Amino acid sequence: MNTFKIGGVHPHDNKQYSAHQPITECPLPKKAIIPLVQHIGAPAQAVVEKGQQVKVGELLAKAGGFVSANIHSPYSGTITKIDTTIDAWGMKMPAIFMDVEGDEWLPEIDRTPDVIRECRLEPKEIIDKVAAAGIVGLGGACFPTQVKLLPPPGKKAEVLIVNGVECEPYLTCDHQLMLEHGEELMIGIQILMRALSIDRAIIGIEKNKPDAIARMRELALKTIGVEVKPLKLKYPQGGEKQLIDACIGRQVPSGALPIEVGAVVDNVATIYAVYEAVQKNKPLISRVMTVTGASVARPGNYSVRFGTPLSEVIDLAGGIPEDTGKIIGGGPMMGRAMNNIDMPTNKRVSGLLFLPESESRRVEPENCIRCAKCVTACPMGLEPYLLSKQAQLQMWDEMEQHDVMDCIDCGCCLFTCPSHRPLLDYIRMGKAQVGGIIRARQAAKK
Amino acid sequence: MKQLIVSPAPHAHSGDSVRKNMLLVILALLPAYVVSVVEFGWGALITALISVAACMLFEWLITRFMLKEPSHLDDLSAILTGLLLAFNLPSNLPWWIVVIGALAAMTLGKMSFGGLGQNLFNPALVGRVFLLISFPVQMTTWPRPLGFATGYIDAETGATPLYYLKQMIKDGDSSLISNLPSLTDAFLGAMGGSLGEVCALALIIGGIFLICTRVITWHIPVSIILTAALFAVVTGLVGALPEGMSTCQYVLYTLLTGGMMLGAFFMATDYVTSPMTGWGKIIFGIGIGLIVMVIRTWGAYPEGMSFAILIMNACVPLLNRIRPRRFGEKKK
Repeated sequence: MNTFKIGGVHPHDNKQYSAHQPITECPLPKKAIIPLVQHIGAPAQAVVEKGQQVKVGELLAKAGGFVSANIHSPYSGTITKIDTTIDAWGMKMPAIFMDVEGDEWLPEIDRTPDVIRECRLEPKEIIDKVAAAGIVGLGGACFPTQVKLLPPPGKKAEVLIVNGVECEPYLTCDHQLMLEHGEELMIGIQILMRALSIDRAIIGIEKNKPDAIARMRELALKTIGVEVKPLKLKYPQGGEKQLIDACIGRQVPSGALPIEVGAVVDNVATIYAVYEAVQKNKPLISRVMTVTGASVARPGNYSVRFGTPLSEVIDLAGGIPEDTGKIIGGGPMMGRAMNNIDMPTNKRVSGLLFLPESESRRVEPENCIRCAKCVTACPMGLEPYLLSKQAQLQMWDEMEQHDVMDCIDCGCCLFTCPSHRPLLDYIRMGKAQVGGIIRARQAAKK
Repeated sequence: MKQLIVSPAPHAHSGDSVRKNMLLVILALLPAYVVSVVEFGWGALITALISVAACMLFEWLITRFMLKEPSHLDDLSAILTGLLLAFNLPSNLPWWIVVIGALAAMTLGKMSFGGLGQNLFNPALVGRVFLLISFPVQMTTWPRPLGFATGYIDAETGATPLYYLKQMIKDGDSSLISNLPSLTDAFLGAMGGSLGEVCALALIIGGIFLICTRVITWHIPVSIILTAALFAVVTGLVGALPEGMSTCQYVLYTLLTGGMMLGAFFMATDYVTSPMTGWGKIIFGIGIGLIVMVIRTWGAYPEGMSFAILIMNACVPLLNRIRPRRFGEKKK
């Protein structure tokens, strides 16, 4: 069975809490806050005014640049103000505040459950529709999807790689999406293949989801050019570069994008959003989120419209468990610990994980015993022990020579370290510094 | 609402710890230790106890009174150093020499560099070599194995098989072959030698256990053993062996006697003093294999495992300049 070739770790997958829980709609809030930064790139620019009435699906803010994304209204109601709000990590960000009134949708959006198979659009039309719908990569990076569909001149896409790996422990939203909306996903895949003018797609799924593998295989049999590849269980297989290596055995060179080896990678949730946008005219206004944890009363997969306060999603899952010490937006490997649950959901948050107090604290670090387990675990072939020491000593040039910019933040080094050393914390700091130095150098050249 | 804990990702950990790794190595040493207690009796038991106790005591004294730090004894590394030191000593060594060895190991070998993780040389081997140079007679007089009898000190002493192997090649004297243990005895440990090094079978079992539990990787033991075996094959091919000893026999004696298995699986693989990358480890192992065979064949000592490992320990900072293959890097 295939997997990526360098490094990787095996965390407990802990998916039992929310696996196979049917996707449930989260009720509408009374008041909503829609952040204008829900993607990588420039913030979106608001196009509505205070007091304006909007319907579900109406454009609230348009992309603020080439790498940016439109934001649509997930609710019908009145705009009360355009201001800043505090995100889950205590940072200020611009947002649109709304009073939710009823649930009135734009008429062109098809809300029927019918599956629409036919798509006769030209590639350009598909890409325009994807861009207009504000679709971003829902696997976690939130990179605007239309940018990936427009390969730079001289590069040609050969294969679409569909990320159904969901290698983060605990999370099950992509799994459930494949089980419930496999047919729509298959249409979404064909639409993207059409947009990229390619005839081959590979769906990578880890073997801890045998039912999803079986379901997608059954559908792939009826679809030309689509193949399902079961993958060995190993974190971080959902990392873009790792997944390409696992699926087609090509390694994207340092600093390059997947298109360099002819691959375009999209997450299943993203592809579902593409289907809805192209076939049903529905912009990206909601996503499936996993709410989970050992002590959560009703762990499950919830379809949540962006802007709903996290606290309302939490109530739906039975409230904050008594023993909670840490609330994580996303999974335990790359998710971020939050200090504010009043913030709204957005395109970025794929899950809410409640860790008990006993699992919430870092263990006191000991001396590095040079066991080399971090070197063995690093999926990018880096030397985390060395990079973290260099960062500690502020040896930025040496860090750059040791390829710190290749680090993908996956956390394997810290996960595996028997001495509990804060390897990734130091490496992140170094990466920020080195990134700044590289940008300054490039600016000076110009 | 109560205060939430916030820290950077990742929020999960493998559950691995320094203590767990040390404990697994100690466990892996137990089969060989059981064999040596059976073979050498009380001597093996007492030497190991003294060595472990002395190492713990010296580390505690240094952290408590010189460094004024909380004790690190619970990471089990002092126990492991003590046990490995004992494994490298003859079981009839007077107790005070064992204590001196432990003192050298903990002070010269470990704590003077800053404690666990900082030392350049394998502490147990620093202790052993210190004793070998200071007390050459006591350190090279090994008790004959007792089988299942028990006794201490008064056991007969004799030279190890490596001594005969060396003389045999040097003088071309095939009559010495009769002094060698049978290959079966050598494999099971019924021969003279340091406390923990005699039973190749038990050491291999322990080594495989460590590889399976991912405490160590295969690189170092495999490269040491293959290099030494290759060297022995070449020795046979150039006609250096006396009559009555086949190349195959010589290869097996090379691997099964002396500190070969103990060194390859337990001493050279010490985390702190071995390289960080796969290729670094392989070159490290090849270096040890070569040096040990050069010493065994031409050197003044019959055995060279300790020296070989210490010499290659000194090369580790250099070997750590070898980078692992980066993701996406083209094969040259």
